[in-house]
Amino acid sequence: MHGEVSTPAIRVTGLVKRYPDRVAVDELDLEIPRGECFGLLGPNGAGKTTTLRLLLGLTTPTSGAISVLGHSIPSEARAARRRIGVVPQSDNLDPDFSVVENLTVYARYFGLAPREIQARIASLLEFAQLTDRARTNLRELSGGTKRRLTLIRALIHDPELIILDEPTTGLDPHARQHLWDRLGSLRAAGRTLILTTHYMEEAERLCDRVAIMDQGRIRTLGAPRELVERSLPRFVLEIREPVAENLSLDPACYTLERVGALTLVYASRREPLADLVDQMHLNRYIERPTNLEDCFLKLTGRELRE
Amino acid sequence: MKGLRHALRPSLGFGAVWARNFLVWKKLMIPSLIANFGEPLLYLLAFGYGFGHFVKTMDHLPYLVFLATGIVCSSAMNAASFEALYSAFTRLEMQKTWDAILTAPLEPVDLILGEVSWAATKGLINALAILVVGLVLGLWWGMGMLWVLPVILCMGFAFASLAMIMTVLARSYDFFVYYMILVLTPLLLVSGVFFPLQALPRPVVQVAEWLPLTHAIALIRPLLVGQTPRDIWGNLAVLVAYGVGGYSLATVIATRRLRR
Repeated sequence: MHGEVSTPAIRVTGLVKRYPDRVAVDELDLEIPRGECFGLLGPNGAGKTTTLRLLLGLTTPTSGAISVLGHSIPSEARAARRRIGVVPQSDNLDPDFSVVENLTVYARYFGLAPREIQARIASLLEFAQLTDRARTNLRELSGGTKRRLTLIRALIHDPELIILDEPTTGLDPHARQHLWDRLGSLRAAGRTLILTTHYMEEAERLCDRVAIMDQGRIRTLGAPRELVERSLPRFVLEIREPVAENLSLDPACYTLERVGALTLVYASRREPLADLVDQMHLNRYIERPTNLEDCFLKLTGRELRE
Repeated sequence: MKGLRHALRPSLGFGAVWARNFLVWKKLMIPSLIANFGEPLLYLLAFGYGFGHFVKTMDHLPYLVFLATGIVCSSAMNAASFEALYSAFTRLEMQKTWDAILTAPLEPVDLILGEVSWAATKGLINALAILVVGLVLGLWWGMGMLWVLPVILCMGFAFASLAMIMTVLARSYDFFVYYMILVLTPLLLVSGVFFPLQALPRPVVQVAEWLPLTHAIALIRPLLVGQTPRDIWGNLAVLVAYGVGGYSLATVIATRRLRR
């Protein structure tokens, strides 16, 4: 661990990244304390990946200030990246190498000594339950196993901050559970985690705080439960059958929303929703607590993005 | 441009990029050697013996020796260029190896240096194979064989750097065909690999005198047959200029492409 524990892991002010055809990140302000697991949510094209690239110094900001682990970015990006682990969105492991060779080669990019590398690899293979696959060629590994390898590759230099871009996209439930468990233990060990995800369940489960981004801006930020409570009543009734156009409900008790063939009725308690089910003789419905996904859709709109 | 300055200072990290490519090569060494070394060997034997039967000497050298010294250079040129074009582009676009490298504490400036020095090494490996064949055939012998090694590395660096400019500009492999047909093949024909430069029309010679392969051959051919090249520093200066100039330009373009 390094000395400046008082500085936050991330401090970003007035960050802008403008491309000739669009503004990817628009006046972003963000502070993430050390040891936090922070989730960046948002539809495709919201600016999540660009934000991560800016934090790593992989792209130069148009304007604004970035400080990561006390390093000013991009001028001290090399020094910062020595202390950051990265799990990229798409697989970029070396297909010509075995599991161990992938880790060894990557460790050399950080200038680690051979003996240090060996010891580190042994413990990481154990961490990801890959010890028996050490000599396996990459082409023989499943998607989930590759993802586990990508995670430990990011940990090879014992980073304080780990940045994960959609770490569980495309994984089956077992592989996802395993990865969540591993991320949980990293968090318990005091690492700072920043991840993007499209799975709201993942964000609710792993993250201390999440930010919902859209069109380069943060729309809302806070603990997952808090965000839901801030933006929506506590319960929702999803009606999956036709409902009369002129349905009118007491606005003091209910909030009505229509999305295509779906009708949503929100309320702060369960009973009024149960009453409604009885009154309307509904057959196809789900009554449940509101969650982060509802909040996400409310804030970013329900229309399909390209 | 303030952002660019820190990004254009190379670090020792390039060695790790070189080592990565070397490890891949080591794993695929046999097929790679056969592919890269078979073709120049065939040219050497077919033309050397076939053509050499009719043309006994060229520029005061037995034709087989004249040709073999040229093929040492052309095979280094081809191997370095291929590696910096096709293989490097595969790592950039298909395998996304460069993306992985750039999330470590390396910048494009280190990455390109690692790639170009690896491609130069690949050129040396292939030239070395031809050097060994020449030794076995009794075409050359002596200290000159050691002196040509740094020269080959230097010319490999120059050709790798020039090819790298194409690679970092390219959107697909198709782009490289132009470079091969419009640059490498003409170079091969006008730089004195198969026959002395002086046989060509005056304007072509004037152009050829500025081309890197010409200068590589002007150094390597005399060294291999035990003579002292006429203008060692001049020839080296041209090769170094192509190398440094090409590397710098490739780095600037790569930085713009990879850090956008």
